[in-house]
Amino acid sequence: MARRSSPQVNAGSMADIAFLLLIFFLVTTTIETDSGINRKLPPMDELIDPPIIKERNIFTVVVNKYDQLLVEEKPMEISEIRQAAIEFLDNGAGIGEEECSYCKGNRDSDSSDNPEKAVISLKNDRETSYKVYIAVQNELVAAYNQLRDREFRILYPNLGLSFVEANKRYSDPRTSPSEKENLKPKLSVVKLMYPQKLSEAEPSKTN
Amino acid sequence: MSKFKKKKSSELPPVNTASLPDIVFMLLFFFMVATVMRDSTLMVSNSLPAADQIQKLDKKDRVMYIYAGKPSSRYIDKYGDQPRIQLNDKFASVSEVAAFVLAERASKRQELQNVLTTALKVDGETNMGLISDIKQELRKVNALKINYTTRVGEYSQNID
Repeated sequence: MARRSSPQVNAGSMADIAFLLLIFFLVTTTIETDSGINRKLPPMDELIDPPIIKERNIFTVVVNKYDQLLVEEKPMEISEIRQAAIEFLDNGAGIGEEECSYCKGNRDSDSSDNPEKAVISLKNDRETSYKVYIAVQNELVAAYNQLRDREFRILYPNLGLSFVEANKRYSDPRTSPSEKENLKPKLSVVKLMYPQKLSEAEPSKTN
Repeated sequence: MSKFKKKKSSELPPVNTASLPDIVFMLLFFFMVATVMRDSTLMVSNSLPAADQIQKLDKKDRVMYIYAGKPSSRYIDKYGDQPRIQLNDKFASVSEVAAFVLAERASKRQELQNVLTTALKVDGETNMGLISDIKQELRKVNALKINYTTRVGEYSQNID
């Protein structure tokens, strides 16, 4: 009995179909992931007894509605604020128990006692523009990162990483668990040396 | 003569394109796997401010997005040109933010409900007043982890 072979399917147009799909997915793909500045908001319930903070331990930054900066009651440009914040955080004027052994600042008695006590207070107006606010936030975070980088390199010179790089490595899912375990205590030591105490006050109302 | 001709014709055989579909399919599968569809269409203009001290946002399933900015040109007639909030696919007022966060939180898996981050994708030209209102609403529902989503760049790009 003669077997009839089934006719061959013409696969010549397969490439065209595949190309069509390929172009569709090429156009719709967004590979990049979002990134930004992480912040933690304070809880809603007000503290009954707000802690008393000395005036010299607060670094006040005000951004007004014309996007101008007032830092510690003096007008300032955004480019200068990083250095000013570093000088404030790293001042270390405390004596006795409050002494900061690793600070390299001027030990000015009008500035912060130690980085643990130092608080940066960022105030804005309702009409401040968002992009300037982000620029200021960015510079203040940069001040913390710069100090943490310095201490991280002093404490763990063998790693050859800065704090920011080590933190990135720690949060990368591709890093092995053993390396994460190794990095975690080191990162938290440096984080405790310069804790990020950045308070975002509620905006002042304009009349 | 005929011998000569035969030789010449065998010199340039046509390129075999049989493996072309395979190559294309391989690329196709790569892009299919790597694709993340835009889940909501943007109805506000959204040019993010630039920053360089940034951290990557963790996995997509732990993030909820709040967009804000001026309505895009085709919505200006209907909604005006003042910055507005966009939740999912529609414009919303400040008072709807809390309900949105609670709904999003309820839709996530139990173990993720406490580690959710709210990504604020806000246009650079927006006033801080709107953002402060959003932040107050977020504090009310205890969604305290936020992320000011930015693009990568020097801070000086934000100042004209």
